Amino acid sequence: MIEIEQLYKRFGKNEVLKDLSLAFRQKGIISAILGPNGSGKTTLIKSILGMVLPTRGRIRAFGEDIRGRWTYRDKISYLPQIARFPENLRATELFDMVKDLRQRDTRDKALIELFELEEHLQKPLAYLSGGTRQKVNLVLTFMYDNPVYILDEPTAGLDPLSIIRLKQLIHHEKECGKIVLLTTHIMSLVEDIADEVVFLLDGHIHYRGSIPQLKADYQASDVEQAIARLLAGEESPEKAFTLNPS
Amino acid sequence: MNKILKYSLYDLVRSRWMFFYFGFFLLFTLGLFWLSPDISKVAISMMNIILILVPLIATMFGLMYFYNSREFTELLLAQPIPRQHIFLGQYLGVAGSLSLSFLLGMGIPFLFYGLATSSDVGLFLTLLVSGVLLSFIFSGISFYIALKNDNRIRGFGLAILVWLLLAVAYDGFLLLGLAHFSDYPLEKYALGASLFNPIDLSRILILLKLDIAALMGFTGAVFKKFLGSNLGMIVSLIVLLFWVLLPLWSIRRASLRKDF
Ligand SMILES: Nc1ncnc2c1ncn2[C@@H]1O[C@H](COP(=O)(O)OP(=O)(O)OP(=O)(O)O)[C@@H](O)[C@H]1O
Ligand SMILES: [Mg+2]
Repeated sequence: MIEIEQLYKRFGKNEVLKDLSLAFRQKGIISAILGPNGSGKTTLIKSILGMVLPTRGRIRAFGEDIRGRWTYRDKISYLPQIARFPENLRATELFDMVKDLRQRDTRDKALIELFELEEHLQKPLAYLSGGTRQKVNLVLTFMYDNPVYILDEPTAGLDPLSIIRLKQLIHHEKECGKIVLLTTHIMSLVEDIADEVVFLLDGHIHYRGSIPQLKADYQASDVEQAIARLLAGEESPEKAFTLNPS
Repeated sequence: MNKILKYSLYDLVRSRWMFFYFGFFLLFTLGLFWLSPDISKVAISMMNIILILVPLIATMFGLMYFYNSREFTELLLAQPIPRQHIFLGQYLGVAGSLSLSFLLGMGIPFLFYGLATSSDVGLFLTLLVSGVLLSFIFSGISFYIALKNDNRIRGFGLAILVWLLLAVAYDGFLLLGLAHFSDYPLEKYALGASLFNPIDLSRILILLKLDIAALMGFTGAVFKKFLGSNLGMIVSLIVLLFWVLLPLWSIRRASLRKDF
């Protein structure tokens, strides 16, 4: 349903994605997009949403080229990496605004209950804690029932209990036959919920494969070890350093 | 786009700045009428405020609004809305509410005092139209500058520079040029140069209506000489309308090319 062909993106002289081709077609699959900081995961995701405009290449969503289009965004739920809200609004006002814009059935009530947000709904968003903001962000994302979910670091700032609930939620969407793309740096999350891994490095897809395949390819017992070995060819995970002022 | 416009208006009404702006114009205009019964004196004071202050406030307000609503803009970008609607909606919200505050602030005293003491409706209409056009033009320019500059300090710096150039420095340059090249026939160049400055165009528009030769200034006199009062006014009005469209078109273009 999402097809990326020869996507190339640079910001000024900084080449971030170099002719990357990638497709997500299979329903009920959770794909984890992994890669070091700055490898272009967010850039890739934002390109799919039309927020970042490719230098070259083509992206199709639901069979249509997305360039200059916007209606397809109604079928994609997107969780941004950094939750930025109009600070003087309350969470309820924010939900109402988005509902007013999209005019579709929502399930925000159940989500507010799931993440125990009731008591925070009437506070200005600027005064919410980091994790609570992330929960508001999650409610905004999951309140629409869509065929595609794109989640940029969904667990950032969440406490362990909320992470468990989030995993349940993502798993539920998978069971309903949704396509889920997520980025994360937490390998245990990948191990727990992802079906496959897409590893970005130097603007290319360095590796793509299912979790069992990944473990077999790198003779690893878990994802963390596999990723460490995958990167070992590039650089050693541990690095000698001193913290003395020079 | 209507919904975006609705939200920006809602936001702007809540921010109360628009009421200050309205109050300022109301008190200022009332004060003028109270101080002087001479309609052309009142008109000239109004003109000076319109030419200097309206562009400045529109510029600052446009920038402030754009930078302050960046979070909301990012949220909207992921929604099923065409990009250009987001920015055009916000722009129309800012330009519209600035114009409305200005129109009511200057218009109400005029309805009560001006109409009673003078029959010169045309003059006041010209003043009001100039103020509205300048509000649209300068909030448009500031939106464009903000779209092009993520760095707020840079954005504000550039916008103030543009305002200084058009509102203050322009006259100086023109005079310098005139003094320097006094041997050449400069009138046509001056005519051309004023087309590039919406503030000067507004001044010409108002002064041609007022028809006071001593205040006309060089470019105004040139307009009068070459085009006559009526044609001069029509030309400056048309060019001003073009000046409204230019930032609008640039905002659309820039918004379609920007990465977020
Ligand atoms: N709007 C932008 N303008 C200029 N450079 C950008 C922009 N967005 C991203 N970049 C650059 O693109 C590169 C990739 O950034 P990106 O945010 O996609 O990385 P990431 O893989 O999501 O990293 P992280 O794991 O830290 O979230 C970085 O070098 C970043 O500085
Ligand atoms: Mg990222």
